[in-house]
Amino acid sequence: MKLKKILPQFLTLLFIVLIFGFFTMNAQENMDTRGIEFGFGFLKQEASFDIQFSLIDYDGSKSYARAYLVGLLNTLLVSAIGIVLCTILGVVIGVARLSPNYLINRTASFYIEFFRNIPLLLQIFFWYFAALRALPMPEDASLLLGTSYMTIKGLYTPAPIWNNFDVFLISLIISLVIIFFFNRYAKRKQEEAGIQYPKFLISLGIFIIIPALTFVFGGVDLQWSFPELKQLAKTSFTYEGGVGIPPELIALTLALTLYTATFIAENVRAGIQGIGKGQKEAAASIGLTPGQVLKLVIMPQALRIIIPPTTNQYLNLTKNSSLAAAIAYPDLVLVFAGTAMMQTGRAIEIVAITMATYLTISLSISVFMNWYNKSIAIKEK
Amino acid sequence: MFKYLKQLTSLVAMVAVLFTFTTETMAAKKSKTLKNTQKKGFVRCGVSQGLPGFSNADAAGNWTGVDVDVCRAVAAAVLGDASKVKFTPLSAKERFTALTSGEIDILSRNTTWTLSRDADIGLTFVGVNFYDGQGFMVRKSSGITSTSQFKNGISACTNIGTTTELNMRDFFNSKGISYTPVAFEKADEVVAAYDAGRCDTYTTDKSGLAAQRTKMSNPDEHIVLPETISKEPLGPVVRQGDSVWEDIVRWSLNTMIEAEEYGITSGNADMMKSSDNPAIKRLVGAEGEMGAAFGLDNDWNYRIITQVGNYGESYKRNIADTGILPDRGPNELWTKGGILYVPPSR
Repeated sequence: MKLKKILPQFLTLLFIVLIFGFFTMNAQENMDTRGIEFGFGFLKQEASFDIQFSLIDYDGSKSYARAYLVGLLNTLLVSAIGIVLCTILGVVIGVARLSPNYLINRTASFYIEFFRNIPLLLQIFFWYFAALRALPMPEDASLLLGTSYMTIKGLYTPAPIWNNFDVFLISLIISLVIIFFFNRYAKRKQEEAGIQYPKFLISLGIFIIIPALTFVFGGVDLQWSFPELKQLAKTSFTYEGGVGIPPELIALTLALTLYTATFIAENVRAGIQGIGKGQKEAAASIGLTPGQVLKLVIMPQALRIIIPPTTNQYLNLTKNSSLAAAIAYPDLVLVFAGTAMMQTGRAIEIVAITMATYLTISLSISVFMNWYNKSIAIKEK
Repeated sequence: MFKYLKQLTSLVAMVAVLFTFTTETMAAKKSKTLKNTQKKGFVRCGVSQGLPGFSNADAAGNWTGVDVDVCRAVAAAVLGDASKVKFTPLSAKERFTALTSGEIDILSRNTTWTLSRDADIGLTFVGVNFYDGQGFMVRKSSGITSTSQFKNGISACTNIGTTTELNMRDFFNSKGISYTPVAFEKADEVVAAYDAGRCDTYTTDKSGLAAQRTKMSNPDEHIVLPETISKEPLGPVVRQGDSVWEDIVRWSLNTMIEAEEYGITSGNADMMKSSDNPAIKRLVGAEGEMGAAFGLDNDWNYRIITQVGNYGESYKRNIADTGILPDRGPNELWTKGGILYVPPSR
């Protein structure tokens, strides 16, 4: 009886160990005969290639490890922006899909069917190459919002120049801590004495007032450096002085957002439709306003249906961001599993690091979303 | 008597050792790659994803180019038929992995010979079939006629995973110019982005610039600047660890170049068999045992010349007549002012 339980597990384990052993041995033997060494020492070597767009200080004299960090941050940047935007767009479209207004309803479902059924890589190429050609050259660009220029070479916006930025950052953190404790206090008051505070307005006030005070007392100062047109040659121009957001980042974010939002919209629709009509009617019958019905009754329940499949979409978006390589956005795959791999020839090491990195990012998102899912789950009392 | 027996046995042992040694070297000559190639019946060759003049497939899937001809020459030498080649198009990023993992046996893909590539990653460069150098292409309307007119803030489109990325940095750093690199994985996307106006300049090997210019929406609007910023000796690569295969590929290429030197062409190779010059006779398999050392028959080089042609024919057919680089420049024979110089076949 016991053997019957253990034997299959033991065989599975043995099988896995043997397979891994075989691959490792095979790789080792082949690398030996071809004179390839295995090791991670190359990470300390000088990378000697430049990267178009970096969030941290980088140039070719830095190490491969630094180049890896640049790629990783670029991947995280496009994923984070994509996740925020696709969530907002997804919720809007998902709700619009349930609208009784025929035009809104049809437009939303057309959007979903259209963007969901075209391969993502094609959409990325479309936004990059088709949209790129439609954008003006720097010298022909017109002013956007009085400050920025949208050109074929990217979006040029004013760059902030801070004085005592660290003081400002600390004040932001302090205001967040105060908001956290205020909300706990407000919740307790409501549970104990039934007193309701305008929580959102007070929180927003704290978030604005405390950092604003640092400008008066903390010596914090913010100035803007505006982009200015610079002539490189007779017909060749660029902008100088502002922040240049590369068109590759814009195209990739746009494509990832529009594509992933369709799936999230469907999740949202399914979540809301999954809540029985009776809930809404019952809530309305005890005098809750439509806004309160949605906020207090429908959404808390719908979220439980929406969150798990949406977690999947967040993971997909992060992984899909690796398609960036096709349009020169310097993400982890392009910089590290691309250029760095070619320059060092360390295919096995670099692919292993890259895989481990994506796995870590994905698992982190999963862990966070699972925690969030648990925190909104029905608490049995 | 016993005294001599001891000496006799040691003599026998010595002969035996010598014999096994020689048979072993003979066996070693039968290279694994050569054996596999002969068994499969085709040469597995890695080429570019489409670079006119070097390796490019037409609508019917026929590959042409000077890089392609190196693989065809090897096929003619070891299989007797220059058409028995299976071409695998590879990106710059994939090429070395494809070779070291054994997916292909020759990498003939406008690849620059550098120390780190040769020494580090399990590759062996066998020679140079094109002397190139990195250059810049700009729009004619920009009025730029020399790299000395480049200014801070210039953006440059290029490919990832090439020496180009490294040379570009050296160049701009040495001039003290700040620049924005925009690096794509595939050449087609580089061309499309530059053509659309994303970058002020497009940089890669000059032969590549000349070839890609033909793909632009209006080739006449672009010029290649005169400066050359690097040495790019391009040549075929094989896996490290199979010296016989390495020699076969090296001498297939050398044969094409030397044949041009002696004026042997695909048309006159038959006649040359009865030439008075022993050097020529050796190149068409009419004298000496030039193939035996590789485990090949004696007509291997004759087949290369008759089926593929000499280097000059290949250059003319693929690069000059297609209008890519009509002037041979450094890729002319050493006897005619170029730097093509190969060791003699003897």
